[in-house]
Amino acid sequence: MANTPFVEMKGINKSFSGNQVLKNVNFSINQGEVHALVGENGAGKSTLIKILTGIHKRDQGAIKLNGEEVYFSHPKEAEQQGIMVIHQELNIIPHLTVTENMFIGKNLTYGKTGVLNTKTMRKQCEANLQKLGVSNIHPDDIAGDLSVGKQQMIEIARAISTNAELIVMDEPTAALTDREIESLFDVVESLRKQGVAVIYISHRMEEIFRICDQITVLRDGEYIGTENITDVDFEAIVKMMVGRELGERFPEREHTAGEVIFEVKDLARKGLFQDINFSVKEGEILGVAGLMGAGRSEMVETIFGYARKQNGRLYLNGQELTVKHPSDAIKAGIGFITEDRKSKGLLTDFSIGDNISLTNMKSISKNGVISAKKEHRLIAELMDRLKVKATGAAQEAKALSGGNQQKVVIAKWLGIKPKLLILDEPTRGVDVGAKKEIYSIMNELTKNGVAIIMVSSELPEILGVSDRIMVIHEGKIATILNRDEADQEKIMTAAAGGE
Amino acid sequence: MKLQQKFFHDFSKLGPLIGLILMVIFLGFMSDDFFTLDNIFNLLRQISVNALIAFGMTFVILTAGIDLSVGSLLALGSALTAGLLSGGMDPILAVLLGLLIGLGLGAINGLIITKGKVAPFIATLATMTIYRGATLVYTDGRPITGLSDSFTFEMIGRGYVFGIPFPVILMLGVFLILYFVLRKTVFGRQVYAIGGNEEASILSGIKADRVKIGVYALTGMLSVLGGVILTSRLNSAQPTAGEMFELDAIAAVVIGGTSLMGGRGRITGTLIGALIIGVIDNGLNLMNVSSFYQQIVKGGVILLAVLLDRKSK
Repeated sequence: MANTPFVEMKGINKSFSGNQVLKNVNFSINQGEVHALVGENGAGKSTLIKILTGIHKRDQGAIKLNGEEVYFSHPKEAEQQGIMVIHQELNIIPHLTVTENMFIGKNLTYGKTGVLNTKTMRKQCEANLQKLGVSNIHPDDIAGDLSVGKQQMIEIARAISTNAELIVMDEPTAALTDREIESLFDVVESLRKQGVAVIYISHRMEEIFRICDQITVLRDGEYIGTENITDVDFEAIVKMMVGRELGERFPEREHTAGEVIFEVKDLARKGLFQDINFSVKEGEILGVAGLMGAGRSEMVETIFGYARKQNGRLYLNGQELTVKHPSDAIKAGIGFITEDRKSKGLLTDFSIGDNISLTNMKSISKNGVISAKKEHRLIAELMDRLKVKATGAAQEAKALSGGNQQKVVIAKWLGIKPKLLILDEPTRGVDVGAKKEIYSIMNELTKNGVAIIMVSSELPEILGVSDRIMVIHEGKIATILNRDEADQEKIMTAAAGGE
Repeated sequence: MKLQQKFFHDFSKLGPLIGLILMVIFLGFMSDDFFTLDNIFNLLRQISVNALIAFGMTFVILTAGIDLSVGSLLALGSALTAGLLSGGMDPILAVLLGLLIGLGLGAINGLIITKGKVAPFIATLATMTIYRGATLVYTDGRPITGLSDSFTFEMIGRGYVFGIPFPVILMLGVFLILYFVLRKTVFGRQVYAIGGNEEASILSGIKADRVKIGVYALTGMLSVLGGVILTSRLNSAQPTAGEMFELDAIAAVVIGGTSLMGGRGRITGTLIGALIIGVIDNGLNLMNVSSFYQQIVKGGVILLAVLLDRKSK
């Protein structure tokens, strides 16, 4: 490898209004290297990237590009030097074609006439995609019709078309199906071969171990260290991130399942799922595994009354349950923590308190009039119980870290004293420490007899937390396994439709 | 940096009020007639109809909706009420029936928007035209006169209680009730929540359709209440009553700092917004400024209010 790294950041310091968010951080990456940048939420990863790309100004420290000090004051300048960021929220304009998206802001024209040279652009677009080894995207496809994974490919191809030498990927797999993740890894591999450096930001350790060469860990804005990926293991990285031994990833779980409390019979929705029959017992955690798009989220949304079922019956404590609207489910004692926290779970512009109150109007009001006293008491009690870290109940939800946001969502459901709690991807975008706290909360709930249905795409989580595991394949139950008979391979085989 | 932000934040909350006070002081200097009790009451009476409609509009806009039909709805409700009155019905009964009609017409708006899934702008644009047309059909394009000589009905638009014009008392009474509803009731909380994020609200068990229908029904009822005040004052119902009223109502809400995106705003702001519009009209009249210029000033104030609000974010 070359002696001078492609990018070298040294002794970076940054404060926002007196609050130091980066302390003496070092980071360097060589050409053709895939370098993981990890740390809990709020550790300073995004700030570091924003400083690299010129969105924020550094207070102290140096950034060297090929050994020469640079000072970007705008992301455009970083782009011109070959540094591109692929954000979690993709920069794709949905009703334009793939080609049009790839040439946004730098359309090719015939001379200076302003007339678009569509032919050449189309050809270049095709060439860019080919360079990545992507064959299933057509230049004339409407970008909005494509899956998130393919849209991401368009962005990567766009980055390469501008001769990017360093691509930053921020949580690139968060919204991808397993198959799409595989093709992303192939693309990363081909980038590596072309000598492009990749900074890979992710919470998913399995991925980091698979594709990264180096790993740099930040904690509370401090630089903890950089290691060769082959020199460390999962526990070591977590220890670097959290600053202490986390112990087991999953808390000890006692089997406390009681009588059947909730039962689903012949549930179906056209084109999404059918013949869904299962039951959950008091104090039991039923894990629901399957590939993305298997119909798991749609299934739990239907149980909760957010979507109309076509067929099927629900029973709670042996009594048939009519659920036409989420309010019916809530009345019966069912809580639902949605997969998409920001758009479906939280009112992000509203305070923590307002969010918690929302599901608990019944217990804090009388004849439609809210009792401020009861409201404050309930909010304080729930925030305390879940150890929500915030400046107070009046803080806006969007200002919280992912883990704390999720705790607020859980808090709002604990207020209704649920008999059944449905969690859809409960730890997505949540850091390792908060993950374990959420598992402990689930354990505590089941100890008190609450039944839990947990949909998750993370197999270790499914295996680590569930008492029984239901695997969904293309809208049908493939199998239901007990915890002691289940392993990763059995679940994956069933999820993929194998015997 | 932070202090500056805080200043703008507080300023945006108090901005409309400060603006109102400055305008009042200015007009006090410019015109000797401004600070007379007669003029103040006159001003308050002038704004009462717009304020009532704007209160309803505040609820609608808080849910991220809009209601363009208020003016036409006012005309139709007034005409039907006047029809009942000229038919000899007891005035109290006629007015209550009129309000009920307003509630129903508003609920129709809500039903089209929720069950028909039509965007509020389009739905109420359509009913605006329909309600106006229905008014013209019902009145045959002529004012309805020869209403009841009953003291009760005259009282609504022309009466005074302890020297205060009755419409003003009505308006302030409605304000207090709605202030309480928004701040202290489950319904009020749900109105804000729906405007903040409708999907998340539904998933939290809020019957969003029901709340939205309620909000449009409330606006319909308040519009007809405003219409009844006008009818009583003129002792006739005009088929062209309420034209362009939707714009003054929306302006009052926006000047008062309520976000058109929903979820954020206060009814106190709307009252201040309605006062500001009233003060502009009244003050410029007193200063003998042509009504052509008045429109320019009004538009300018709306822009200024929105720009200041933007700055605070």
